[in-house]
Amino acid sequence: MGEVIVITSGKGGVGKTTTTANIGTALAMEGKQVVLVDADIGLRNLDVVMGLENRIVYDLVDVVEGTCRLKQALIKDKRFNGLFLLPAAQTKDKTAISPKQMQELSKELKEQFDYVLIDCPAGIERGFKNAIAGADKAIIVTIPEVSAVRDADRIIGLLSSSGLSDPMLIINRLKIDMVKRGDMMDIDDTIDILGIDLLGVVPDDEQIVISTNRGEPVVSEENTMAGQAFRNIAKRLLGQDVPIMNLEEPDTFVEKLKRLFGLNKRKSY
Amino acid sequence: MFDLFKFLGKDESPSKDIAKERLKLVLIHDRANVSPKFLDMVKGDIVKVMSDYVEIEEDNIDIRLNRVPKDDNTFGSALVANIPIRKVKKIGKNIG
Ligand SMILES: Nc1ncnc2c1ncn2[C@@H]1O[C@H](COP(=O)(O)OP(=O)(O)O)[C@@H](O)[C@H]1O
Ligand SMILES: [Mg+2]
Repeated sequence: MGEVIVITSGKGGVGKTTTTANIGTALAMEGKQVVLVDADIGLRNLDVVMGLENRIVYDLVDVVEGTCRLKQALIKDKRFNGLFLLPAAQTKDKTAISPKQMQELSKELKEQFDYVLIDCPAGIERGFKNAIAGADKAIIVTIPEVSAVRDADRIIGLLSSSGLSDPMLIINRLKIDMVKRGDMMDIDDTIDILGIDLLGVVPDDEQIVISTNRGEPVVSEENTMAGQAFRNIAKRLLGQDVPIMNLEEPDTFVEKLKRLFGLNKRKSY
Repeated sequence: MFDLFKFLGKDESPSKDIAKERLKLVLIHDRANVSPKFLDMVKGDIVKVMSDYVEIEEDNIDIRLNRVPKDDNTFGSALVANIPIRKVKKIGKNIG
């Protein structure tokens, strides 16, 4: 029996979809059976981030309404063994499914997969309630900014009143140079305020934009900081003890020169 | 006037410290609102403690979380309680 993990944040645009795609891919790379569920009905995105948008026939609402069988709606990712996507419906809205139906679907999925990762929509309304309904665990993604952290705190409260009381925190888009200047809350500041356990830290990395342009999760790129960060997170979910990576860019003069002339790729930590 | 210290960025706290302080305060209120039980629990405990000393008009208790201005032009949070007392109990009643 697998585990259903919802990836949530409260505030939109902080990296839930990116996180779902990359943790899921990394878990599949570790040999796990993984399904990514896009619960953002009406605003589907996980398909394009994964580069699987051209293969969608049926979606989550079709499954729930019985238009097709679950198996028909699951898209197998041919690049990564054991990785599947259950896309959201694009032409319906959040009221097309109920928390009860999500619960039943989650149950069915975790009988077949080791990990069921649910990409939650922004907000705290119906879409959020649907997404968390069948979850065993929750991951909260935030960026180290006032409004995002505030919303994350609200979500922690709501999760706990729904019985998901130990959410794990991912701090996304950390900018190490701003942290050094004292202009961005650091890892400790953020944990201190939210008071939940840290699962990982992902640096702000333009490679995310590049890989999203291509529809290839950044974890599949060996030499990227964000990719390394997400691979570490997946390992921690598997129970391995992986320290938080060093987020410093290599910045010795020689390395800067090499990078300038394209002689070396960015180092991975 | 040209402020050398401001120019050097010396007189201002790092913006992340300001962010952290502001967050801590706003979350006190947010958290109290997320769980409506919060103030009820506080009220219950205050009544319990005070009942050893005074008789309280429980129905007329008013407890709330207020924003209060501080000297440095920022705001802080205060738990404000208005607890009407019917009569003071005889001191020593519970002792011995
Ligand atoms: N670590 C990061 N570094 C740089 N850009 C990022 C990072 N994480 C997310 N982004 C970008 O931020 C935007 C929002 O991310 P997304 O995953 O769609 O957020 P959400 O699902 O929470 O709305 C996207 O354009 C994505 O490419
Ligand atoms: Mg999203």
